[in-house]
Amino acid sequence: MIEVRDLRREFRISEKAGFLRRAHRTVAAVDGVSFDVAAGEAVGYVGPNGAGKSTTIKMLTGILVPTSGTVRVSGVDPSRQRKELARRIGVVFGQRSQLWWDLPLADSFELLKAIYRVSGPDFAKRLAECADLLELGPFLTTPVRQLSLGQRMRGEVTAALLHAPDLLVLDEPTIGLDLESKERLREFLAELNTRRGTTLLLTTHDLDDIQRLCPRLVVIDHGTVLADGPLADLSAEVSPERVLVVDLDVAVEPLADLPGVVSVRTELGGRRQHLAFRRDVTTAAALIAAVAARAEVHDLSVVEPEIDDVVRTLYARRHADRSVGNVGVPHDSR
Amino acid sequence: MAEAIYPRILHARLRGQLSYRASFLLDCLAQAVAQGGEVVVILVLFNRVTALGGFSVDEVLLVYALASTAFGLSDLFAGQLNALPAYIREGTFDVLLLRPLGTLPQVMVSDLPLKRIGRVFTGLVVLGYALPHNDVVWTPWSVGLLVVTPVAGSVIFSGIWVVACSVCFWLVDGQELANTVTYGSNTFTSYPISVYSGWLRRLMAFVVPGAFVAYYPALALLDKPDPLGGPGWLGWVGPVVAVLVAGLAGLVWKTAVRHYRGTGS
Amino acid sequence: MVAGTATNVVFGLLRVAVLLAALGSTASGRIAGYDVAATVTYVWLGQGLLAFVVLWGDSALANRIRSGDVVVDLYRPWDLQTALLAEDLGRAAYCAVTRLVPPVVVGALLFPFRWPAPERWPVFVVSAVLAVLVSFGMRFLVNASTFWLLDNRGVVALHGVGTGILCGLNVPLDFFPEWARFALWFTPMPAIMQSPIDVFIGHGSLWLVVGHQVFWAAALFGVGKVVLARAVRKVVVQGG
Repeated sequence: MIEVRDLRREFRISEKAGFLRRAHRTVAAVDGVSFDVAAGEAVGYVGPNGAGKSTTIKMLTGILVPTSGTVRVSGVDPSRQRKELARRIGVVFGQRSQLWWDLPLADSFELLKAIYRVSGPDFAKRLAECADLLELGPFLTTPVRQLSLGQRMRGEVTAALLHAPDLLVLDEPTIGLDLESKERLREFLAELNTRRGTTLLLTTHDLDDIQRLCPRLVVIDHGTVLADGPLADLSAEVSPERVLVVDLDVAVEPLADLPGVVSVRTELGGRRQHLAFRRDVTTAAALIAAVAARAEVHDLSVVEPEIDDVVRTLYARRHADRSVGNVGVPHDSR
Repeated sequence: MAEAIYPRILHARLRGQLSYRASFLLDCLAQAVAQGGEVVVILVLFNRVTALGGFSVDEVLLVYALASTAFGLSDLFAGQLNALPAYIREGTFDVLLLRPLGTLPQVMVSDLPLKRIGRVFTGLVVLGYALPHNDVVWTPWSVGLLVVTPVAGSVIFSGIWVVACSVCFWLVDGQELANTVTYGSNTFTSYPISVYSGWLRRLMAFVVPGAFVAYYPALALLDKPDPLGGPGWLGWVGPVVAVLVAGLAGLVWKTAVRHYRGTGS
Repeated sequence: MVAGTATNVVFGLLRVAVLLAALGSTASGRIAGYDVAATVTYVWLGQGLLAFVVLWGDSALANRIRSGDVVVDLYRPWDLQTALLAEDLGRAAYCAVTRLVPPVVVGALLFPFRWPAPERWPVFVVSAVLAVLVSFGMRFLVNASTFWLLDNRGVVALHGVGTGILCGLNVPLDFFPEWARFALWFTPMPAIMQSPIDVFIGHGSLWLVVGHQVFWAAALFGVGKVVLARAVRKVVVQGG
């Protein structure tokens, strides 16, 4: 669905260098990015502000032309076949609207129907579906400028789906939304991906979006791909330790000598122990059995590393090892 | 089907405006009077003189009327290009690039402030006065010329607008420079070009082809020899000039958008 | 600033061409006391004064009234009208250098120009400042109309059209027919632009011209004060 190879985009920045004189320098916002997205995948494209996310999205959607490298999206070259691409993909920008500000939502949809040449029955079917799942009914006839942000975003997503695109690109779709709207939107997108098989690519700062929607993550920083892979693998690679928390009936000495255990933190005088263990050495099940052999286990839980910790660690490691090269292993999906 | 898209967008734009009827009429009136300011200047001047650049007051009013009608018509659509800097700044232009349509027509129909009809109205009113007060010989040809001239003129003005506003893709404050050319052309074409001289006339009448908007067609309608010695057929080539200007404007716009998307410089 | 001056220069060239063509078609080569040099000076000084006095496009106060931010301004320990006037005078001082001088220099370099006699310069400076005061007084009233009319575009449009034609920007007011000139001097319009130009090129009676400006500057400021007081009462009573 998406094929990106050695993508690079430079910007010329001009700065004042004295009266009337300007100095120019070239900055690469995207610097050699490669990744693929297969049909039906849902991929999160994450990274800190200024990492090159939006620039990549603009090149994928045909707004910007790459300085070098190749992009193919839905079988076309976005920079050369902009209009053809527009018919095949849907795009939602969290911070700019593609609806008509002073028209009722329904009228905006009618216009998009004409613009994308959607047939009457298809249009009616898709709109009914979205209206049902996103509960657009109560505000279909309200002018867009009077909608709440959450209502508007539901409208934006519907607008991007009216021509039944195979790929939906979302740039910060949940930014500024309240919790309920976020959840409703995530649910809808998850359904779209699993039921419809619509491919999703989304940038976000909200790690809940990723946890909920994206089995796979592409992490970008300073214009290059830091890591690419399933969320679980990334967590494993960055922080190979998981933590087993056991509540014991009676206090015992810290269980630091069990196989695979790296460190122990005790609470309640040793009745609760946090056992950090390496998952490449042992499994949770084996460790639980080993604990149970020593003391009566009252309750237990396994704590996965938090996703923000994963991403933060990735950034930190990358900066520490900058001279060494990539730490995160770019994942080759071919 | 493809042709139906733009009328539909326009239709939707129109419905929005008519809901504020009172301020709409006032706006309309203000536009009409703004365009009519030049009529006051012409009348005040002719209060003191009997001819301007070899033209009588009624002849100057005919030139003014043809130019104003053409400018008003182009303002309806091309005037929307004045919003281009805002579209670029706010990212709206990116949204236009996401649609399977050309960017120029999308910008032109992105809004249709009907109040601008006021400018056309002024032009037509003065035309209604000027035509019977001049010795126009009515033949099928002159009637045809009268109908075609404002249309060709508006295409020329629109082309000027597109070329001038394309500057905004390069310069942050290009809008004011563009206004100099567009509204400057509006003023320039309101008078016979024999009023101007030197490089100003060469620039605004022929490089920016303002002379073909109203001056030469008016000479043809009046069957009056050009005081500057131009041949009579110049009055009939407005549509040809319009087509050339439109083609050039299209090319400039394409280059500008290519620059914006990054294959330019 | 460069773009704005470019606009002034282009319109200056167009205006000069039209007016000189008119002069050229008279037997004497002059209209209402304007010869070529006076006409040229009139046009270029007018193009410079345009931005200096701000004929159009001042909607800062109106926007603050519409957004409700004006309440903050009203509760500050200052007189809003005087504060805005001070701000406007500061802007004008800056504009004098960046917008007033360049078109005048262009005109003086390209065309026969008429500089005022040395003793007229101080009077011109006074007259130019008074022009800003009168223009400010009118703009303040136009903006303040937003207190009562949320949509004051009609007022703005009338003001724009009125000043454009009647203050002497496009054609000298002396070219107007006798009755129109007579009527115009009962309005503040000439005081915004024609008056400083008259002082500069030495037309009309100095004291009458400046006196007319002083009267309107004071009158408009006074009316503005009354209007603002009423507006404040309205805001206080209705909560904005």
